[in-house]
Amino acid sequence: MKNNISFVRKYILNAITCLFVMSFTFLNPIDTFASNDDNHEVEEKIDAGELIFDHILDSYDWHICTWKGKHISVYLPIIVHSEGELYSFSSKNFHHHHPYHTKDKHGNDVIFDIPEEGKYAGKVVRVMDDGTHIRPLDFSITKTVCGIFISCTLLVVIFLLVAKGYRERGEKSPKGIQSLIEPLIIHVRDDIAKPNIGKHYEIYFPYLLTVFFFIFINNLLGLIPFFPFGANVTGNIAVTAVLALFTFFITTFTGKKHYYKDIFNTPGVPWWLKFPLPLMPLVEVVGCFVKPVVLAIRLFANITAGHIVVLGFICMIFILGEMSAMAGGAISVVSLLLAIFVDCLELLVAYIQAYVFTLLSAIYFGAAAKEEHEH
Amino acid sequence: MELIKPDFGLLFWMTLAFGIVFFVLAKFAFPVINGMLKKREEEINNALELAERTHKEMEQLQANNEALLQQAREERDKMLSEAKQISDKFIEDAKAKANEEKDRIIENAKETIEHEKMAATTEIKNQIADISIKVAEKIIGKTLDSEKEQLDYINRLLQDIEENQKH
Repeated sequence: MKNNISFVRKYILNAITCLFVMSFTFLNPIDTFASNDDNHEVEEKIDAGELIFDHILDSYDWHICTWKGKHISVYLPIIVHSEGELYSFSSKNFHHHHPYHTKDKHGNDVIFDIPEEGKYAGKVVRVMDDGTHIRPLDFSITKTVCGIFISCTLLVVIFLLVAKGYRERGEKSPKGIQSLIEPLIIHVRDDIAKPNIGKHYEIYFPYLLTVFFFIFINNLLGLIPFFPFGANVTGNIAVTAVLALFTFFITTFTGKKHYYKDIFNTPGVPWWLKFPLPLMPLVEVVGCFVKPVVLAIRLFANITAGHIVVLGFICMIFILGEMSAMAGGAISVVSLLLAIFVDCLELLVAYIQAYVFTLLSAIYFGAAAKEEHEH
Repeated sequence: MELIKPDFGLLFWMTLAFGIVFFVLAKFAFPVINGMLKKREEEINNALELAERTHKEMEQLQANNEALLQQAREERDKMLSEAKQISDKFIEDAKAKANEEKDRIIENAKETIEHEKMAATTEIKNQIADISIKVAEKIIGKTLDSEKEQLDYINRLLQDIEENQKH
């Protein structure tokens, strides 16, 4: 208990420190918008919406900060597959909004660009000879992909270390990182897996653990505002969709006879709901597909909303600061306090969303794994 | 809107990365962790059970001891009371016997005394008679002829003496 409290306290402290530094990091973009832009001489107003969506959405480079009017970014590799050929080049080539020229294997000119407007705004497209844009298969290592790699590496390292700890220490009490992870593992097993799945829980347990820790660690890393953390991984619909698809496929493929019988011949409803119009089965089948969709959207929306609110409070300082320095200074205290509060809330949400996703997955698995005689 | 449109490349990388992580962890990390946790829990359960059992055994033992002690106490009390009874009876018997003996001795003594007294009285009487006769012979100077006469005479004299004594 005491350990848990100190653990939480440590994280709250971290979050507060992060926020302070975060506010300093955001000081610099003002300069950028004011003077650095090569093409525009006029001062650009700070656009909170753009700034926030810049953070929320995926991008081909990883903006670290802006120092003395210069963007400091990590340019990530772009990998595209177009008309039978794989092209890979650095996103630095798109610096200053220039299209990238290259040649295919026959020596023909190939042009790639990132349009600022239109259907494919912000995405790599191939500019055809007639000037139309075609979106190639885009396997680029974007910011989010990079974030996924980082958190996955962290996850693997942490768990291999923990496993090593168990192998070395045997049945002795846990030590170090083991004692940090062990309560969570036991929490997933005793509060999520066992009560919702029952005696077959061991088949699903590794998946539940992976999902729980993947979401949890990404949620937490998403709250850290510096490189190489802070990528909005769990706030990306593609990421949550994949997680939900995993849950869906596992549920579908491990479903026992009883599970499918319950779907097509739902017990406890009047017969006229099933025949001649199979209303109930239809609802159940749709439910099967809706469940993972909801799972994906819930996680994505919660995390994205949290990030938007925190960034919104921070941006408020600068928007008001543009009007007058006094107003900016005055609001900064309130804004910062609110942002700290929301960030603390986000820590809670980071855990709750990981818990909810895992719990619901476990409940679906429980329904799939149920045998005829178990009720 | 880009926000809610899953990107194909991201789907691909995410599936790959998550799949690999899932595979690696499920193969190399979780079995070890899960197995060890289970083993440890079993160990703890066993230890607790053993403690419980030992505790129960101890209690049983204590109860046994208590019972034994109680029994011993009862036995001792019984023995003591029996011994007391026996000794009491013994003393009672001895007393009774002693009393009887005493009574008998006293009776005997009384009888003997009576007997002796009688004998003594008779002897004294006889001696007195003899002495008296001798005294009388001396006084009278003659010997009474018949014994019968003698005795009558003496008895008369004795009666006189007794009467004299009474007065």
